[in-house]
Amino acid sequence: MPLDWIWGLIGGLTIGSAAAFYLLVNGRVMGASGIIGGLVDRSGWSTWAERAAFLAGLVLVPLLMRPFLSEAPDTHITGNIAAIIAAGLLVGVGTRLANGCTSGHGVCGISRLSLRGIGATVFYLMAGGLAVIVFRHFLEVI
Amino acid sequence: MLRIFTASIAGGLFGAGLLISGMTDTVKVQGWLDIFGAWDPTLAFVMGGAILPMIFAWQIANRRARAVLGTAIPASPGSEIDRNLVIGSVLFGAGWGLVGLCPGPAMASITWGGSGGLLFMLAMLTGMYVAPLVRSRLTLMSSALS
Repeated sequence: MPLDWIWGLIGGLTIGSAAAFYLLVNGRVMGASGIIGGLVDRSGWSTWAERAAFLAGLVLVPLLMRPFLSEAPDTHITGNIAAIIAAGLLVGVGTRLANGCTSGHGVCGISRLSLRGIGATVFYLMAGGLAVIVFRHFLEVI
Repeated sequence: MLRIFTASIAGGLFGAGLLISGMTDTVKVQGWLDIFGAWDPTLAFVMGGAILPMIFAWQIANRRARAVLGTAIPASPGSEIDRNLVIGSVLFGAGWGLVGLCPGPAMASITWGGSGGLLFMLAMLTGMYVAPLVRSRLTLMSSALS
C-alpha cells in the first residue's frame, strides 16, 4: 500500500502525543509492558486504578473506532498455536526482565537518549529480525 | 479521580495511534523485521513519528520537577546495560518476531484478534507472572558462576 507510511507517521505522532500527555500530565512513563506487568505481579498495585484506566482506554478506543474505518482491522495472527504460546511467554518474560518493550524502551527511552532504551531496542530488533529469518525462511513455520 | 480520567485519555490515544499506524497488524510488524523478504518500512515511520513529540515532552519535563497532576517526573533509570536488559530484550524480540505482537498492540487489538489474540494475551500474562521468578533464578545462577 503506497499510503501506509503516511498512516504510519500519523499513527506514530498520535502514539507519541499519548506518551507526552501521560508524562507531562500524569507524570508516568508510557510503557505498555510496565503498565500491564505491574498489575500482573502486583509490583504496581498502589497505582492499579490509573493502570486499569489506561488499559481501558487502550482497549475501548480502538474498538469504538472500528466502524469508522474503510476496512475492518485484522491482526492476521498466525494459526500456529505452539508459536502463539511460545511468543506470548517470550514477550511476557522478556519485557518484564528488560523492564520495557517497544513503547517504554523504544518510544520513551530513545527520545530521552537513554542508553538503556537504545540498547534494549538494538537487542530486541536484532532478535526479532533473526526470529523472522529462522522461523519464516528456514523452518517455514510462520 | 482526575488522574484516572487522564490515564484513560492517554491509553485511548495510544490505542488510536496503534490502530491508525497499522501496528496491530502482525503482517506489517513482521514485514519490517523481515529484511530478506518483502521489507515493509512502515514501522520506522511509526517509531520516528512517536519519538518526535516525546523529544519535546522530555525537554519540558526535565525543566519541571513535577507533572501537571503533582507526580514527580520519573527519574532516569540510569545508563547501565545490564544482564537482565540484554537477556530480556533478546527474549522479547524473539517472541515479537515469531508472532508480530508486542504488549501494546496485543492489548489494543484484543477485541478483534480472535482466539489467537486471546491465547497470545494469556501466554503473555503468564510470562509476566513468572518473570520475577525467572529474574531471581538468573541472579542465583550468576552469583553461583562468579
